[in-house]
Amino acid sequence: MNPKISMTEKNGRLDNVSALRKMWEIRIFEEMIQQLFDEGELHGTMHLCIGQEATAVGGAGILDQSDWIVSTHRNHGHCIAKGTDIRAMFAEMLGKKTGTNEGKGGSMHIADLDVGNLGSNGIVGAGFPIAAGAALSAQMQGSNQVVLCYAGDGATNEGSFHEALNLASIWQLPVIYFIENNQYGMSSSIEHMVNIDLLSERGKSYGIEGITIDGNDLDEVAQTVAKAVEKARNGGGPTLIEALTYRHKGHSKSDKLMYRSEAECRQWQKYNDPIVRLETKLIQQDQMTPEDIRLLEGSIRNEFSSLVASVKQDEEPTSNDLWTHVYAEENK
Amino acid sequence: MRTITYLQAVNEALDEALAQDERVFLLGEDIGIYGGGFGATQGLQEKYGAQRVRDTPISESAIAGAAVGAAMTGMRPIMELQFSDFITVAMDQLVNQAAKIHYMYGGKANVPLVMRTAAGSGTGAGAQHSQSLENWMAHIPGLKVVQPSNAYDAKGLLHAAIKDNNPVMFYEHKLLYKTSGAVPEKAYDLPLGVADIKLTGSDITIIATGIMVDKALQAAAIVKKKGISVEVVDPRTLVPLDEQTLIQSVAKTKRVIVATEAVKNSGFSAELTAVIAESDLAIKLAAPIIRLGGEFVPMPAQKSLEAQATPQVDSLVQAIEQSMSYKEDQA
Repeated sequence: MNPKISMTEKNGRLDNVSALRKMWEIRIFEEMIQQLFDEGELHGTMHLCIGQEATAVGGAGILDQSDWIVSTHRNHGHCIAKGTDIRAMFAEMLGKKTGTNEGKGGSMHIADLDVGNLGSNGIVGAGFPIAAGAALSAQMQGSNQVVLCYAGDGATNEGSFHEALNLASIWQLPVIYFIENNQYGMSSSIEHMVNIDLLSERGKSYGIEGITIDGNDLDEVAQTVAKAVEKARNGGGPTLIEALTYRHKGHSKSDKLMYRSEAECRQWQKYNDPIVRLETKLIQQDQMTPEDIRLLEGSIRNEFSSLVASVKQDEEPTSNDLWTHVYAEENK
Repeated sequence: MRTITYLQAVNEALDEALAQDERVFLLGEDIGIYGGGFGATQGLQEKYGAQRVRDTPISESAIAGAAVGAAMTGMRPIMELQFSDFITVAMDQLVNQAAKIHYMYGGKANVPLVMRTAAGSGTGAGAQHSQSLENWMAHIPGLKVVQPSNAYDAKGLLHAAIKDNNPVMFYEHKLLYKTSGAVPEKAYDLPLGVADIKLTGSDITIIATGIMVDKALQAAAIVKKKGISVEVVDPRTLVPLDEQTLIQSVAKTKRVIVATEAVKNSGFSAELTAVIAESDLAIKLAAPIIRLGGEFVPMPAQKSLEAQATPQVDSLVQAIEQSMSYKEDQA
């Protein structure tokens, strides 16, 4: 498997066939870890992003490998889109030494600095200032890198959001704050937790351009992010993007979904699934047939099944690993 | 050797580090033209520019978080918290992020940042500007905690903290800023995790941290006239802790007083005491371990109340006499 499928064609436009593959990889990865959990193979928790694949692929997926992402607890899509090795992600979920974090992070902390994934975070809103710091590094080093910082709608009520946006604005840092507004912070409807219509309005009070987009339209996401990236690279400073989307599953594994109606879920799942929307477009444009798509999906399922079977044979950390990496080693 | 103040020693270490390593930069509130709340960064922005000596908004969470993000991506930030009490506002980034990232990522990222801050009482600044909260940080795996007690240590330990590949919490004491000592002109490192015997003695050990080191030395001078020989041991770094040097000293004297300015209840003095109590020494001590620390009250602003809230030289003298009153076979 090649985790670094180029998402852009020669003319710089998004290659929607590759993008669809990435979106299916994310969905199938999550369906499989859910299944592993149901089978009792998986220790720990997970937060599924099924239904939000367009924000991952249209965001992290269009960055250069040297650019950074900062992710959240709902991170699998972001990690895969940025090119994190999927085998190592399965291994991390299954608590293997071969995991991205050698089994010490688990779902919520998957990181892979080699492909620009600065890591996922279990503290809501903590990524905002960290992303500003990474962007400050890029600015001070003159590296031309940009940072894409994901967060959920609920995170915009954390103080760290407001502190970081202000800092990013006064220093004109090359960072894009990307809010995946999936309508709920755990069980709390964002409608009841803020008294404004659009979260992107919050950029204005920090002198940052704020945009609200359809987060389930891959092209719209990718085009908006591409513009913000170009602006950041050219010294134009930060952008706040709010992408409207929906998580099909509960907040985490223990969510009984008491706070939203079945009708609402059905509406999003049936008529506004980002994968279905992209597939419809590809079929209409004669780029793929329904059969091509089923073959693609099937091949990913087969590939991932073999991966999981192989990962299950990997070694687990030993008791010695409990004590390693508490402190970084000193320079020799 | 020339004599400079503790404050100048801190300033000099920052100056040298900025000159030596272009990855080093400073960020914090009022550290530029103003020179920092206590003057530790005086003149540095003029010399190194506003990019490397960065004034920030009043945003402790963003200061600490930006330091974490910059440290993970190749820089070596030194953040200043104007008063150590403000760590409450930066806590998530230091405790949940900086401390854990190296471990949580299986060793694949380092967070080489230094958090410098002014701590302690004695200036009448009241309950929100006078605390000694270093014990909070010492409780967190992944952080290192440094507490220099004199100018020489401040310079050498700060250099070592900046070169360290881990997040280091560096506690400077406000009342020590004006104290002076002999400090070499060139840059030098004092390794983290090595305690220092500030005074050699044979009858009783005082393990003292931060400003209590100075008070312990004063108490030692007073009881010397009565023929009591005090050994003063300064751990210098709470994490890593040089347990061996502490234990060796107490093995020799068989009597020990542990003294911190921080509130005694659940304070670092309890950890220091436990190091002795859990060692083989406990059964051989000539007197019970005595622990001195701050009273369990928010720091009052009024001068005499403030002084009563922390151990002073006379409380140390009394403790020494109390410990010496035990005969060896009594304990």
